[in-house]
Amino acid sequence: MTTRVLVVLLAISVGVALAAPMSVQVRTCKVRATPSQLGGIVATVEYGAVVQAGALQNGWYSVTTADGKTGWVHESALSKKPIVMRAGATDAATGVSSDEVALAGKGFNEQVEAKLRKDGTLDYTWVDRMSAFSVNADRITQFRTQGRLPGGAQ
Amino acid sequence: MNERHGRRISPPISSMTLVLSLLAAVLLGGCETVREAGTGIAQATGVISSDQADSINRGAKAVEKTWQDLTPEQEYYIGRAVAARVFQTYPPLDRPLANDYLNLLGQSLAIFSNCPETFGGYHFLLLDSDEINAFAAPGGLILVTRGMVRCCENEDELAAVLAHEICHVEKKHGLSAIKQGRLTEAFTIVAAESAKQMGGEELASLTREFEGSVGDVVMTLTTSGYSRTQERDADVAAVRLLRRAGYPQTAMIAMLERMNERLTDAGGLGFAKTHPSAKSRADALRATIAGTTSTPDPVRQQRFSAAMQPVMASK
Repeated sequence: MTTRVLVVLLAISVGVALAAPMSVQVRTCKVRATPSQLGGIVATVEYGAVVQAGALQNGWYSVTTADGKTGWVHESALSKKPIVMRAGATDAATGVSSDEVALAGKGFNEQVEAKLRKDGTLDYTWVDRMSAFSVNADRITQFRTQGRLPGGAQ
Repeated sequence: MNERHGRRISPPISSMTLVLSLLAAVLLGGCETVREAGTGIAQATGVISSDQADSINRGAKAVEKTWQDLTPEQEYYIGRAVAARVFQTYPPLDRPLANDYLNLLGQSLAIFSNCPETFGGYHFLLLDSDEINAFAAPGGLILVTRGMVRCCENEDELAAVLAHEICHVEKKHGLSAIKQGRLTEAFTIVAAESAKQMGGEELASLTREFEGSVGDVVMTLTTSGYSRTQERDADVAAVRLLRRAGYPQTAMIAMLERMNERLTDAGGLGFAKTHPSAKSRADALRATIAGTTSTPDPVRQQRFSAAMQPVMASK
């Protein structure tokens, strides 16, 4: 019993030691129950949020969210560089230079797109329409099953 | 200072010369420590002010940045504008059922990509054009012409087309088409506005670089094409993606062979203009692909026909 407790404590301490903060670099990040894009959704984390990530395994990080939920996130959704959400919140607030963080909304951004829309340079009607096309995991699973698609190796 | 005391000890180095030398060392050298030491000395000796030193350091960091430093968020905004520009030449095809099927198929592949998560996700749309073509805008907006769908006899072959485009997104081939000069300019503007909201003049300059960058990507997608190496990389990655998603890898060869026949008939327009010959691509892949072409699965064949037949038949 004592040995078992020690093993558990050791595993937890190793996990804590390996965990490192990473930032969500996509608009909405789904934390999944299993390391699969079809895994159940444990939590949803927004752009710029920080999660504690363990070791990378086959493209997936085991993560713990700020409110203590645990699951898996694909590496393409995370960045080692902190992402600061508010303009002007770098240097003084974080104590790091703006080159060490990614400032959300900097550069080619919503403001630039708004200018192009306002000027009438580009029509985004269909861009918005196609961006709203969504397919949930259940439909993908059904599509794959009905189509007898084997594998599913990630 | 020497003149004030009436005697010059050593030949003068003008402030301008020193600033230019420092700038050259800073911009060409690329070594952060040397640069910061250099601007530090210039600042300490009063040749440049603290603001000027910061500006040089920021500018130099901007020069060092390339398309690989664009964030997923910036890639997203570039991709949206690229798609909007493509629509000016290739109008979208408003067929909800066909577009829904295209998205189901595309998402069933994208989840197995090395980059399944992009800032705004993958989305797929048909284009109302008989030209045989497909485009991948950065960030995951993928566009396929009616003519390209006509080149595919079954779901597996259409999956091969989408897999190829998804792999262009995964490898950020679109972003690599942006001229470095535009990015340097953009990163310099961005570096200068670190602690405040972008002003009208900065926004106008940044928008100009943005439009130029979008133009570079659109030019590559629609006119000049990716390099042969990039096309080859996308083909190889697409075969891997098909295998992971459970589709026969041979679908890629079958699609390329059919495209080769159709493109020859079409006289080298569209896809033929921007891609290496489909025959040479099929030949290059053949040695790496296991198995032989099999009969398409009846369920996949049926759902492909149900969704796409009306699209292929019209016009």
